[in-house]
Amino acid sequence: MQFGIFSVSDITPDPTSGRAVSEAERVKAMVTIALKAEEVGLDVFATGEHHNPPFIASSPTTMLGYIAARTSTLQLSTATTLITTNDPVKIAEDYAMLQHLADGRVDLMMGRGNTGPVYPWFGQDIRAGIELAVENYALLRRLWREDVVDWEGKFRTPLQGFTATPRPLDGVPPFVWHGSIRSPQIAEQAAYYGDGFFHNHIFWPPEHTQKMIEFYRRRFEHYGHGSADQAIVGLGGQVFMRTNSQDAVREFRPYFDNAPVYGHGPSLEEFSAQTPLTVGSPEQVVERTLGFREYVGDYQRQLFLIDHAGLPLKTVLEQLDLLGEEVVPVLRKEFAALKPAHVPEAPTHASLVAAAGGARDATVHAPADHVTGQAPGQVQEVPSR
Amino acid sequence: MTTRTLAVVSGGLSNPSSTRLLADRLTAATVEALRARGDDATVEVVELRSHARDLADNLVTGFPNGSLRTAVETVSGADALIAVTPIFSASYSGLFKTFFDVLDKDALVGKPVLMGATAGTARHSLALEHAMRPLFAYLRAVAVPTGVFAASEDWAGGSGGDRALADRIQRAAGELAALVTGLGRVGDGRAAGPVDPFADPATSFEELLRGT
Repeated sequence: MQFGIFSVSDITPDPTSGRAVSEAERVKAMVTIALKAEEVGLDVFATGEHHNPPFIASSPTTMLGYIAARTSTLQLSTATTLITTNDPVKIAEDYAMLQHLADGRVDLMMGRGNTGPVYPWFGQDIRAGIELAVENYALLRRLWREDVVDWEGKFRTPLQGFTATPRPLDGVPPFVWHGSIRSPQIAEQAAYYGDGFFHNHIFWPPEHTQKMIEFYRRRFEHYGHGSADQAIVGLGGQVFMRTNSQDAVREFRPYFDNAPVYGHGPSLEEFSAQTPLTVGSPEQVVERTLGFREYVGDYQRQLFLIDHAGLPLKTVLEQLDLLGEEVVPVLRKEFAALKPAHVPEAPTHASLVAAAGGARDATVHAPADHVTGQAPGQVQEVPSR
Repeated sequence: MTTRTLAVVSGGLSNPSSTRLLADRLTAATVEALRARGDDATVEVVELRSHARDLADNLVTGFPNGSLRTAVETVSGADALIAVTPIFSASYSGLFKTFFDVLDKDALVGKPVLMGATAGTARHSLALEHAMRPLFAYLRAVAVPTGVFAASEDWAGGSGGDRALADRIQRAAGELAALVTGLGRVGDGRAAGPVDPFADPATSFEELLRGT
């Protein structure tokens, strides 16, 4: 099972000091957090994609490429990549490039975005949200799997004899998750392709997450990708820890009370009872998290949200220490002991390459050019001394 | 003998509340009218006052907490609804509206509804027609023709005024009972209430891909 963190990249004023960090600070803080995640033994870092204040993560592959260069084991992912408003051609190219730079440590999660106004910023129409997600993703899959694509659809200009470059690393596209809080159509899409399904599992009661996951598992089996319990499930979660649970509650309360999404509504205690939010000791986080599998089954990826609502970087790094030292090692062991052998792990580049029968160089060499009359593959190499 | 479930939503804020008093009288009259038609009734009352914070929380979080969910399910699942609000500033109260804002948009489709309202003066009485009736029309509920309005003076006990209110209550209750027992399902023939979003999709993914 994979454990990691996901960030929505918000700049929220720290309610205890009133101070909001600069964009420069927040960008660098996200990198620091990602590097720390690897250092403490976590497996995954996923960044959101947003195109409006208070968020800074508008350019995920730029950030992930930089993190890739400074890490060696961390799996780089997104939460989520906007399949509705990004051109699928650009997604195909950007993430294939990232695959090469990161030696395959890349997967991504498709989503539709959290705000209606984002559609026209990228020339799209929110009324076509689901159709865009369906058409764009179908094209994206072809761009990664077919060297030369002829394509015509409803939402972008046709493609004739188009090759997205670079080709996916070792001829194997990155694994794809689909994230949705409340749209069964997106769970259906994930099930149809045999892709992973991720539920953010933060804002709504567990019973809702359970229904979404049950639906995805049932449809995964319906489409013949395996039994329902072999579907690839990821969950979010939100925690704040201190060794002493009362300290955690006391320290986190102002951040909770003023949080952008749920602040000024229910109390911390009420929201903790109604949703998976866990504020307390590392032991409490372990216990609560182990309980997730009781309603979603054995699952493959657990991501925690820890760097939001104005929490200072220092505090976030302390949370990572606690996750790395006291929470994840226990969860890793306990979940592994509970998981039946026929339930797969989350796919990785290595497992996908193995499933494809081994790595291959997928480079598509250009035809002969007008200057030399030669194709790159035909150019005589100068022997090295 | 069929047993019908009546959900009663009362938006009154004080205790005792004239809104609740009107709701109780409408309920009693409806139960009586149903019995006259040979049906029994069970009554579930939702006092919105006790869900005031739950409703505000739902606006913020996007989901009903446990206690509000029970109320929402009571109303969604009932055979008929009696909904009574105080009139504030020329319309239903904000609390009353919030409850219907957090209901699933299909929760009241085809459901027979009896509307009631209270206020300090009879000058508010048409709020029933210009505010409340359009709300239930939007939700595709079937509101009975008689809405029952009670101003403070209607409770005064003057035999003329009181009798007029009692007559309206009886007429409205009769209309609701007739609708519940007589028509069965109204509307477009689909089962009323929210569609299960997690049922197997009616449209296959292949059809979605083809854009059909």
